[in-house]
Amino acid sequence: MKFGVIVFPGSNCDQDVHYALGRVLGQSVDYLWHGDTRVAGYDCLVLPGGFSYGDYLRAGAIARFAPIMPAVIDFARSGGLVLGICNGFQILLEAGLLPGAMQRNDCLQFRCQWTHLKVENNVTPFTNRFREGQVIRVPIAHGEGNYYADAATLAELEANRQVVLRYCTPDGAVTPAANPNGSVGNIAGITNREGNILGMMPHPERCAEGLLGGTDGRELFTSIIDWWQRGERLGA
Amino acid sequence: MLLAKIHVTLKPGVLDPQGEAVAGGLKAMGYTDVAGVRVGKYLEVQLDRDDLAEAERQVEEMCRRLLANPVIEEYRYSLEEVTGAFTA
Repeated sequence: MKFGVIVFPGSNCDQDVHYALGRVLGQSVDYLWHGDTRVAGYDCLVLPGGFSYGDYLRAGAIARFAPIMPAVIDFARSGGLVLGICNGFQILLEAGLLPGAMQRNDCLQFRCQWTHLKVENNVTPFTNRFREGQVIRVPIAHGEGNYYADAATLAELEANRQVVLRYCTPDGAVTPAANPNGSVGNIAGITNREGNILGMMPHPERCAEGLLGGTDGRELFTSIIDWWQRGERLGA
Repeated sequence: MLLAKIHVTLKPGVLDPQGEAVAGGLKAMGYTDVAGVRVGKYLEVQLDRDDLAEAERQVEEMCRRLLANPVIEEYRYSLEEVTGAFTA
């Protein structure tokens, strides 16, 4: 399977994702420069974490207009697999590929910690190695991860099972205390309606091998690879 | 030369953590009358043109496409004639 990791000025988790996919999981993976205009030949694009364009104006707002983005948008709209992690999630929101917007954490603190996540939907290309309701452990590191969507959008997300990951307690309770940033509905990750795009604030690449203190992130990447190798397609 | 003065603010009802923190700070300083604070952005965009209608069309588009996020923010602006660029 061939992955492309898009590098924006200010991306700082690009090498971590590249390492997880290439070295840990043995996949083919290339860096794609933000100034390129083509993404042909890739099976999955990853928009990594970091601070694209310094997060000036709003996180992800300027990256959304990078030269490579029209090709990413075409790839995503035609059903290609796209994973946005942290700043990548923010870029997907700004690009309108996922609904909603990101705000500063309600606690006003940059949060860098392990979180527990409840897998709300395991029938996606990104989560099929997990059980529905399974609690996984993935770290976060962000100051602007407070996901917001208006009531109508939220109802639509819930009805279509697009909320894939929620912050929870170690035993799976979705409580305000388990919410590190004030996200509406404890939302940590959502897909688009078709299911081929996932945006998530937690960093699976930071828990892709035991040395890092956890391997749940590896299972997320393996989900993508398994799904692709089985030749599954969405929306058939 | 035209100068656009643009205010971007959070929509009413959208939580403003920055505003809450500033309000808390003001109250701690003794300004007990503070009932609430909203923090927004102020941008100045200088346009090398004199055609007001076209400038307004462009500023409107800039706000909608980049300067504000319509999901959580709203914007307003004014245009005025100025002489000389604001960077030396």
